[in-house]
Amino acid sequence: MNILDFIEFSLSGLSVGAIYALTGIGFVLVYKATRVINFAIGEFMMIGAYVFFGLAARATMPTWAAIAAALVVTALVGGLAERVVFRRLIGESAISVFMVTIGLSSVIIGVVEIIWTADPQSLPEFLPKAPFFIPTGFGEAFLPSKNGWGFIIAALTVTAIIVVFRYWRGGVALRATAADSQAAYSVGINVPGVFSFAWILGALTAAGAGILVGSIAGISSAMGAIGLSVLVVVIVGGLDSILGALVGGLLVGWLEAMASMTLGAEYKQLATFVVLLAMLLIKPYGLFGTHDIERL
Amino acid sequence: MHIGSAKPSYAADEAIFTTGVQRAWVWALFAMLAAFPLFAGDYWVLIACLVAINIIAAAGLMVLTGFTGQVSLGHAAFMGVGAYAAAWLAAKGAPFWLTIPFAGFIAAAVGAVFGIPSLRVKGLYLALTTIAASFILHFIFFNWASVTGGAGGLNVEPAQIFGFRLVTSAHLYWLAAPLAVLSVWCATNLFRTRIGRAFIAIRDRDISAEVLGISLFRYKLMSFALASFYAGVAGAVWVYLFRVVTPESFRLIDSIFFVAAIIVGGLGSVRGAIFGAVFMTLVPELLKLGVATLEPYYPGVVQVLSPVRTIVFGALIVGFLIFEPLGLNETWRRIRHRFALWPFRT
Repeated sequence: MNILDFIEFSLSGLSVGAIYALTGIGFVLVYKATRVINFAIGEFMMIGAYVFFGLAARATMPTWAAIAAALVVTALVGGLAERVVFRRLIGESAISVFMVTIGLSSVIIGVVEIIWTADPQSLPEFLPKAPFFIPTGFGEAFLPSKNGWGFIIAALTVTAIIVVFRYWRGGVALRATAADSQAAYSVGINVPGVFSFAWILGALTAAGAGILVGSIAGISSAMGAIGLSVLVVVIVGGLDSILGALVGGLLVGWLEAMASMTLGAEYKQLATFVVLLAMLLIKPYGLFGTHDIERL
Repeated sequence: MHIGSAKPSYAADEAIFTTGVQRAWVWALFAMLAAFPLFAGDYWVLIACLVAINIIAAAGLMVLTGFTGQVSLGHAAFMGVGAYAAAWLAAKGAPFWLTIPFAGFIAAAVGAVFGIPSLRVKGLYLALTTIAASFILHFIFFNWASVTGGAGGLNVEPAQIFGFRLVTSAHLYWLAAPLAVLSVWCATNLFRTRIGRAFIAIRDRDISAEVLGISLFRYKLMSFALASFYAGVAGAVWVYLFRVVTPESFRLIDSIFFVAAIIVGGLGSVRGAIFGAVFMTLVPELLKLGVATLEPYYPGVVQVLSPVRTIVFGALIVGFLIFEPLGLNETWRRIRHRFALWPFRT
C-alpha cells in the first residue's frame, strides 16, 4: 500500500466526514431539544439538494439565490414537521416517534419522486474547479475540488454553529431545555419555541449538507440512505453531544474511506454497520453521550 | 362483556372465544378461507398467499415487538435467511415439509445471535442494532456466493407433495393459509403460558421482571429466536411462491413494512398482527385498482403510482401513530363494543 494513496483516501474520507459531522450536528440539535431520533435526516438533506436543483438547474436562478431558497424551504419543512406532527407526539414512547420519522421519510421520498422523478440527476457546478494539491512529506496529495470545498464549507459552518451555541442566548435556552424542559419552562424559556427552532435549524444544516453531498456525488431519490451513515455517526459520537457528532463524523468518514481502499467499495456500508454494532455493544451511549440512569 | 355468558369455571374464563356466537363466526371465517380460491381469480389468490405469508411474519414480529417490547428493524432480513435456507436445502432435493421447518430453525439461530445486543441495549438503540443486522445479512446474501448464489440469487423447484407439484398460487394457497392459521393459533396460545407471560413482563418493565426471577438473557433470546422462526417459515413459503430469492428480495424497507404493519394493526395483540398484515398488503393493491380506474380519465396517472404508494405507506405510519396509536385492533374493538347491545342503545 502506497503511503500517498493512504493520505489521499484519508483526505477524501475526512472531507466526506466533515459533511457527516455537519449533518450529525443538525441531528444532535433536534435530539437535544426534543429527544426525537430523526431517521428522516437524510431525506431533509434530499429536500435541500432537490430544491436547489429545481431552482438552479430547471428554473435557472442564480446559484446563491437558489442555495438560499433551498435552505429556507427545507427549514420551513422542518418547522412545519415539528409544529404539525412532532408536537402532537410529545410524551409518546421514543419508538413511536422514531417510527413517525421513518414514515415522514417515506412521504418525503414520494413527494420528491412525484415532482422530480426518481432518476439520478447532477447538481449544477457552483464550486471553484481547481483541485487541491496538499504538500506532504511523500509528495503532493490530490484532493478533488468538490471534496476540498465541501470540507471547508462544512468546517466553517460547524465552527459557526458551535460558537453560536456556546455564547448566544438561544443556544443557552436550547441547552437548558435539553437538560430539563420543566425547569426551563419555569424560568421563562419558551420551550415550544425552542423545539420549533431546533427543528428549523436541524433542517437547515441538513439542507446545507445535502447540497454539498449532492454536488459531490449527484442526487437521486435514494440519496436519503446517507441518513443511515449519519445515524452511525451520532451513535458513535453520542446522541446528545455536538462534539461527539464532530468527532464521530470525521471518524466514520475516514473509516468508510479506509474500508473502500483496503477491502473494496462494497465493504463501505458493511464497515459502517459493524462499527455501529461494536459501538452499541461496547459503549451504547457513544464517545461523549450522556448516560441515562434508569430508576424504577 | 357479553350478556348471558356466565363463566362457571376458570377454563371458561380463560377461553379465547367465550361465546357460541364467536365460535360460529370463527368457523364461518374458516369456511370462507377454504372457499376463497374456488371463486377468486388467480391474481387475488396470489394476493391472498402474500397476505398469509405476511400474517405469519407479522405474528412473529408481534411476539417480539408487541409482546416482548424489543423493536426489530431486521425482521425481513431474518425472513430472507429463511428463504435462502429453504432454497438451499430444496436444491439438495429435500421436500418442502423438511425445508420449511429447517428454514425456521436456521432463521431462529441467526435471530438469536442478532438478539444478543438486546441484553445490553434496549429501545431505540436496539432498533439501530437490528438495522445493522439487516445490512450485515444483506451483505452476506450478496457475497457468500457459494451458498446464496450472489446477486443472481437462488431458484427453487416447485414444492411437491406425493408427486403433485405446487405450481400455481392456488396450490400454494393451501400451504400458506393453513400455516398462517397455525402460526396465529400458536402465537395466541403462547401468551397463555409461562413463557408468554414472561415476555409480557419483560415488555412492561424489564428490570422488575428480572427482580421477579425472569431471566432476561433466556427470555429475550427466546423471543428473538421465536420471532425469527416465524420469519424463517414465512420466508420459506415466500420462496416457494415466487421460486426465486435474491439479495434485493428482503431489504430494510421490508423490515419497516412489518413494523408498520404491527403498529397499524395494534401492538400487543395477535389479532392486531392479522389486521396489520392484511391492511398493509391490501392498501397498495387498492391504490393500483384506483389508478387503473383513473387511467382512462387522466392518462399518465400510472407514472405516479409508485411515489403515491411510498407516500401512502409513510402517511399510514404517521397517521396511525398520531390518530389511532392503538391501531386497527382498537378500531375493531370500538366497533364491536358499539354492536354489543345492538339494536338497543347503550
